Amino acid sequence: MKISIYRYDPDKDARPSMQDYEVALEPSDVMLLDALVKLKAQDDSLSFRRSCREGVCGSDAMNINGKNGLACITKLAELPDRVVLRPLPGLPVIRDLIVDMTQFFKQYHSVSPFLINEEQAPDRERLQSPEERNELNGLYECILCACCSTACPSFWWNPDKFVGPAGLLQAYRFIADSRDQATSARLDNLEDPYRLFRCHTIMNCVDVCPKGLNPTAAIGKIRDMLVRRAV
Amino acid sequence: MVKRIVTGAHYGSRDWLAQRVTGALMAVYIVILLVVFMTGSPVSYAVWKDIFAQGWLRVATLMFAASLAWHAWVGMRDVVMDYVKPDGLRLALQVGIVLLLAGYLAWAVQILWR
Repeated sequence: MKISIYRYDPDKDARPSMQDYEVALEPSDVMLLDALVKLKAQDDSLSFRRSCREGVCGSDAMNINGKNGLACITKLAELPDRVVLRPLPGLPVIRDLIVDMTQFFKQYHSVSPFLINEEQAPDRERLQSPEERNELNGLYECILCACCSTACPSFWWNPDKFVGPAGLLQAYRFIADSRDQATSARLDNLEDPYRLFRCHTIMNCVDVCPKGLNPTAAIGKIRDMLVRRAV
Repeated sequence: MVKRIVTGAHYGSRDWLAQRVTGALMAVYIVILLVVFMTGSPVSYAVWKDIFAQGWLRVATLMFAASLAWHAWVGMRDVVMDYVKPDGLRLALQVGIVLLLAGYLAWAVQILWR
């Protein structure tokens, strides 16, 4: 299998370049990450992030043949013979396939991604009905891999002002939580032409999400609530 | 003044709603216009002028023009906000767009009630 990888070491290279590799696959190599780990053994200067290797930690997000995804759950059998790997688009490159996620996490933190409830906590836990719990399905599963936000042109143009699909999905995860009491403050925080309304519903986020989530729908629900409270 | 990223303008949903409502209004007007043309078939200037001499159609056309201007304002402002980074240039472009759209609307009034 031929793999062409984006290489850039800011300490040594004047500009990024693509390097071609040939990797001999064995039957035990199932996912793209297996091939990358093999390449790392061949060339230890090659840099990429990985941790859980099973699509739970979100570390090995990268641009695979033009589409963002996780290397650890991308099947080699479903890839063409020639694969082009680039870092996630739109974020500063630290080295090779490793990007600086500072801006991404700044936006995530800006939506207060934690439960806000001023009441005295009960002895055991804050209970929810099964229906209330169902509201969180499709929201809590996000692993913050940044595939969606870095596929979003609105996030490319305004990463400092637009929260981005990942952050907005998380914002709705807490708005939708029956145990949270800060709905109105959360909506105030997003009633903004940049923070939420840069979303033009092109749905790149839905297209790339490796967990099959739908940030566009979550953004739509926040927008509905904003409109509902204004009319 | 500090160079800090500032957000929190506390508007957006009304514009988003206005864009949808004006879009729907324009769609309705286009259907009305098609029906009027199919029943009246304006083949000459005189017929065309008679059709638009009707008061209700003038008002409907003015509402269409106003909807178009409002719809275009939200859309063009979005484009400028997406791509134009310097604040002064963005403001200047937005003022220019408002003036242009207001001019078009005044022109539409002049044409309709000439």
